[in-house]
Amino acid sequence: MKLFTDPISKNNPITVLVLGICSALAVTVKLEPALVMGLAVTIVTACSSFILSLLRNTIPPRIRIIVQLVVVATFVILIDQFLRAFAYDVSKQLSVFVGLIITNCIIMGRIEAFALGNKPWPSFIDGLGNGLGYGMILIIVAFIRELFGSGTLFGYQMIPESWYITNGGFYANNGLMILPPMAMIVVGIIIWIQRSFIRTN
Amino acid sequence: MEHTINLFVKSIFVDNMIFAFFLGMCSYIAVSKNVKTALGLGIAVIFVLLITLPVNYLLNACLLTPGSLAWISPALAEIDLRFLSFILFIAVIASVVQILEMVIEKHTPTLYNQLGIFLPLIAVNCAIMGGSLFMQEREYANIGETLAFAAGSGIGWCLAIIGIAAIREKLHYSNIPEPLRGVGITFILTGLMGIAFMSFMGIKL
Repeated sequence: MKLFTDPISKNNPITVLVLGICSALAVTVKLEPALVMGLAVTIVTACSSFILSLLRNTIPPRIRIIVQLVVVATFVILIDQFLRAFAYDVSKQLSVFVGLIITNCIIMGRIEAFALGNKPWPSFIDGLGNGLGYGMILIIVAFIRELFGSGTLFGYQMIPESWYITNGGFYANNGLMILPPMAMIVVGIIIWIQRSFIRTN
Repeated sequence: MEHTINLFVKSIFVDNMIFAFFLGMCSYIAVSKNVKTALGLGIAVIFVLLITLPVNYLLNACLLTPGSLAWISPALAEIDLRFLSFILFIAVIASVVQILEMVIEKHTPTLYNQLGIFLPLIAVNCAIMGGSLFMQEREYANIGETLAFAAGSGIGWCLAIIGIAAIREKLHYSNIPEPLRGVGITFILTGLMGIAFMSFMGIKL
């Protein structure tokens, strides 16, 4: 149980271990792609940790990176084909970032640090927890950026139309939130808040 | 020719790998504590991009896209193998990095001492894989454009990591709130640098 809950809060892969930020930030403009990306990474991390943990005694150490990459790439291809078939719009929005799950440091990091030294079932749980911890940060960032940047959540209007300046109100969307650099600043602030909490506890 | 040069400049400044797409962030944050090592990693990234992108371009053009197998026999022209691109690209990158590591170790030990420790890190650097995937998505017309894109994005990445490393060296003397130190402030600084780099977006090439 601890294996599952630790990565979500105390050992969060993004804010504490600083892994897997590469593909995380570009998909957080809207909630929907962020949610899909979080789920995809969770599935890939959990499944590839499981498979590589089964194989851990048969892989020669010198070529282990290539073996790991091939297993991870297989799962990513499955996810990519699945998204293209059933959620084409989201897969277009994610574009190259689905492919970049392969080089996501969380997956490689968990395989190297945990799956190669533990039994398959704990590795699966560990992968699941880390994937969810990653997804959670993605969703928090996307929530903030979509709400303040476009005034919507999942594409539904959240800020009342009559508030906008064009309709005689006082409110305007913060265009800065949609730009890529704001993702970095939002994550930086989340790390700040989380670390101050950890310290006071 | 003009188009190729434009592409080169554009991929350094406007479409910078770090500030516009956040690729290669993990090693960017982990290895940017001082300028010297940052420079070493930056050069290694340029090097690997310049080798893997043309190889992946040829793979994509001669094997993967529909119609590209026609050189073997016309009957194969309709096969679309693009779903295999992820696995082929990553295999090329991982093996090129492995071979490079062995060659450099054997022939130039001084260079190995400088670059060696970074090479395994590069196999899983998103900037390299991202470069190959962007190359496929944007459908560059020939190998010259691919090389220009590889050189440009490598140099852009290198510039970004040297910039943040220089700032972090100076940060040792600043009084930052304790929980924000280290990673937190690096994120915020990268965001601010990204906003500064966005001013290049006005350049029409």
